[in-house]
Amino acid sequence: MSTFIRAGFLAALLAFGGQALAIDTEAAFDDPALQKRYEDINRELRCLVCQNQTIADSNATLAQDLRREVRDMIAAGKTDAEIREFMIERYGDFVLYRPRMTAQNFLLWAAPALLLLIAAVVLVRVVRRRAQESEIEPDGPEAGQS
Amino acid sequence: MLKYGVPLALAVLLGVFLFIGLQRDPRYVPSPLIGKPAPEFTLPSLHDASYPVATKELLGQPWVLNVWGTWCGGCREEHDTLLAIASQKTVPIIGLNWKDDNGAAQRWLAQLGNPYAVVAEDREGRTAIDWGVYGAPETFLIGPDGIVLYKHIAPMTMAVWNKEFLPRIEAARAAAGSRS
Repeated sequence: MSTFIRAGFLAALLAFGGQALAIDTEAAFDDPALQKRYEDINRELRCLVCQNQTIADSNATLAQDLRREVRDMIAAGKTDAEIREFMIERYGDFVLYRPRMTAQNFLLWAAPALLLLIAAVVLVRVVRRRAQESEIEPDGPEAGQS
Repeated sequence: MLKYGVPLALAVLLGVFLFIGLQRDPRYVPSPLIGKPAPEFTLPSLHDASYPVATKELLGQPWVLNVWGTWCGGCREEHDTLLAIASQKTVPIIGLNWKDDNGAAQRWLAQLGNPYAVVAEDREGRTAIDWGVYGAPETFLIGPDGIVLYKHIAPMTMAVWNKEFLPRIEAARAAAGSRS
């Protein structure tokens, strides 16, 4: 029985606990579409004093101020791209949680493809060498056993 | 040799990169403003709200913008250094009082001494955002042409002033002098 109570308590926590995570006490916009844009943008912008939080997660004064800027820009009819550009101009690319590809970080973006390419080249060469070796001594006692 | 040498070399190279990475301060966010025109502002003076502090009036000379607040521990830490720098009268230090209480800020300057030529009051924090400020104290160096030359994030020290600010001020003065 107590298991059921505990499970019920956990379910209630999971269902309503999320609300405690919301930093804004009231909605910034009456229009749900604008409110969604506001929340989406906030979740993509880094709070620079608290670094590993977005401005949607943080209640630092700077995060509050940046949310206010986002709210005012949405209200003024700015597009999401314009709002992101506003933040990048002031705080640099680091403000974005989803980094853009730039000249400086190009290598980082290309690294997975490059590593895959290198691995493929090495694989082809190793396989060819092994194939040649087995041709040289096809009837050796250890052929095919290594 | 190649079989072990190449992976060893790669591992050492990776180690060097990681070691360099460890020395870097993850809290330091490079300012995209360096080399760009300083964001303009006109704000009320801390001591007299009817007197505007405008960046336009500072054109033609190098100047320093120091972002501070009475709530900021690092600002208290650097205050004596700012006083020492101000007493050298190299360049005007303009204060940007960030999200502070006017009375508290005035008391702070009255008690500790005032290194600032003038203090602009940014009660709402909007000007600070325009300047990409994220953690006081921050100190900017602006050239005679209104271009941001340098930004120091952390309490100012005499070592930083002598190493990073003074040479840039001299270079900016020399460049401005040769043009006019």
